[in-house]
Amino acid sequence: MSAENLSANLMQAASNNPVYRRRLLVHRVGIALSFLAMVLGLFFLGWILFTLIIKGVGAIGWNIFTQTTPAPGSEGGGLMNAIVGSLLMVGAATLISTPIGIFAGVYLAEYGEVSIFAKVTRFVTDIMLSAPSIVIGLFIYAIYVAQVKHFSGWAGSFAISLIAIPVVVRTTDNMLNLVPTSLREAAFALGAPRWRVATFVRLRAVKAGVITGVLLAVARISGETAPLLFTALNNQFYSSNMNAPMANLPVVIYQFAMSPYDNWRDLAWGGALLITFSVLALNILSRALFKQKNQH
Amino acid sequence: MMTQNPNAQREAAFGKTLMATMRRQRVQDFLFHKITFIFALSVLLVLLGIIASLMIGAWPALKEFGLPFITSVEWDPVNDQYGAAIAIVGTLVTSFLALLIAFPISFGIALFLTEICPAWLKRPLGTAVELLAGVPSIIYGMWGLFVFAPLFSDYIQPALASTLGHLPVIGELFRGPQMGIGILAAGIILAVMIIPFIASVMRDVFEIVPPVLKESAYAMGCTKWEVVRKIVLPYTRIGVVGGVMLGLGRALGETMAITFVIGNAHKLSWSLFAAGNSIASTLANEFAEAETVLHVSSLFALGLILFLITFIVLSAAKLMLVGMSRKEGAK
Repeated sequence: MSAENLSANLMQAASNNPVYRRRLLVHRVGIALSFLAMVLGLFFLGWILFTLIIKGVGAIGWNIFTQTTPAPGSEGGGLMNAIVGSLLMVGAATLISTPIGIFAGVYLAEYGEVSIFAKVTRFVTDIMLSAPSIVIGLFIYAIYVAQVKHFSGWAGSFAISLIAIPVVVRTTDNMLNLVPTSLREAAFALGAPRWRVATFVRLRAVKAGVITGVLLAVARISGETAPLLFTALNNQFYSSNMNAPMANLPVVIYQFAMSPYDNWRDLAWGGALLITFSVLALNILSRALFKQKNQH
Repeated sequence: MMTQNPNAQREAAFGKTLMATMRRQRVQDFLFHKITFIFALSVLLVLLGIIASLMIGAWPALKEFGLPFITSVEWDPVNDQYGAAIAIVGTLVTSFLALLIAFPISFGIALFLTEICPAWLKRPLGTAVELLAGVPSIIYGMWGLFVFAPLFSDYIQPALASTLGHLPVIGELFRGPQMGIGILAAGIILAVMIIPFIASVMRDVFEIVPPVLKESAYAMGCTKWEVVRKIVLPYTRIGVVGGVMLGLGRALGETMAITFVIGNAHKLSWSLFAAGNSIASTLANEFAEAETVLHVSSLFALGLILFLITFIVLSAAKLMLVGMSRKEGAK
C-alpha cells in the first residue's frame, strides 16, 4: 500500500470517528466565535468613526476656526476660543511633562537596575498610567485651584501634564533599555563620563522612540475631559490668559452635547470630529515614526 | 641637574589635566545622578501628594459621618447628608457588567490576532484595535447617548425584558423603564471602551508562549482550539487575569463615557435599566457646583475611595503581569 493511500485511509477513518468529529466541531465553533469577536471590535470602531463623520462634517467650516462659542440660543458661532485654549493647555502640559518624563525615565534606565527606589517608582508610574483621571483633577483642585481661589488654564495644564508624565517616563525607560550594552561599553571605553553616555549616546540612540512617547502622551491628553472640569473650567469668550478660566475643546464638547440647543449640539459634533481625528492622526504618526526608525 | 627631562615634564602636566578632567567628570556625574533622581522622586511624590490631598479634603466628611459613610445610601445636598453606597455600587456594577461583556470579546480578538489571522493582516488589525483605545472617552459618551441609547431602548431593552425579564430570579434585573440610558447601557459602553485594553494585553501575553509547546501539541494532532484551550491559556493564565484587572482598573475610574449614559440619579434599584450614578460621574456632575464644606468634602471622600479601589486593582494587575514577563525571561 502506498503512503498516499495510507494517509487517505487514515483521514477516512478519522472523519468517521465521532470523537474526532466532535473535536473538529468545537474547534470550528471556537474559531468562528473568535472571528466574530474581531469583526465586532472593528464594527464598533467603524460605527463610532462613521457617526462622527456623519454628524460632524456638517458643522465643520471656517466658522469653527474663526468664531468663538455662541451664547445660549443664538445662531452661528464656532469653537475658536476652545481650540486656542486646548492648544495652549496641551502645549504647556507638553513642555512641562517632556523634560520631567525624560529625566525620570533616564534615571530609571540608568540607575534603576538595582535600587528599590527605582522599582517602586516604576511600579507607581505604571499605576498612574491607568489611574482615574478625574482624581488627578481633584488633586490639582486641592493643591492649586483652592489655594489661588480661581480656576485657570495653568491648573488645567498641570492636571493634564500629570497624566502625560507617566506615559513619557515609561516609554523613555522602555526604549533606553533596548539600547545594546555594547554601545554604552564602547563609549565608556573611550573615557566618556556616565552622564555623557546616558544622554549623548544612549538617549540619542532612541530619539525616535522617545518622540513617539511624547506624541502618544500628547494624543492621550488632548482628549482628556475629566481633569479639566474643575481645573480649567470653561470660558465663553476668547482668552489667552493662562491665569484665568479657559475654554477648551473637551469641556465645551461636553457642555454643548448635554445642552438642549441644536446649534450647540452640532458644534459639539464638529468639535468631537476634530478632536478624534487629531488624536488618531497623532497615534498613527507616532507609530509610523517608530516603525520607520526601527527598520534601520 | 639644571633641566628636567622634557618628557617627564609633559607627562606630569598631562597627568595633572587628566586628574582635573576626571575630577570634573565625577562632579558632573554626581550632579547628573542627583538631578535625574529628583525628577524620578517627583513622580513618586505626586502619588503620595494625591493620596494626602484626598485624605485632607475628605477629612471633614469622614469625621462627620464616620465609617457609615461607606454604607449609607443617603445623598442629599439640600440637608447636607451624604453617603457613598449608591455611587460605590454604581461603580462596581457598571464595571462588573463591562468585564462580563468585554472579557469574551477581548479573548476572541486576542486569539484571532495571535493564532488565526494571516501574517499580513496582523499589523493593520492590531493597529485598528489600538486606535479604538485611542478614541477619547468623551466620544464614547456622546456616541453612547445619541446613537447607542436610542437603539438600545427601541430594540434591545424590549427584547431583554420579554425574554430574560420573565425568568424567576434574574428577571428583576431586566424590568423597569426602557429609556436607553441607565446602568446596563453604561456597562455596555464601558465594555466597548475597555475591550482594546484587555485585548492588547492578552495578545501580548499570548505571544510569549514558546512555539515549541504549541508545535508539540499540534504534532500530537490537537486542533487549534485545543492548543489554545489546553496550552496557551494555562501557560498565560496569570497574564490573562492581569489584563482583565487592568481593564477593570480602567473601567472603575472612567468618567466621561459613564456620565453621558448612566442617567445620573442617586437611586438604588434592582433593575439594570434604571438610572444610577458612579463615583466618577458624581464627581463630574457635582464638584464644580458644590457649595457647602461638607458637600465638597464628601466628594473628596468619594474620590479617595475610588482612588484606593483602583490602586488595589491596578497593583494586583501589575504584579500578575510582572510575574508573566518573568516567565518570558525564563523561556
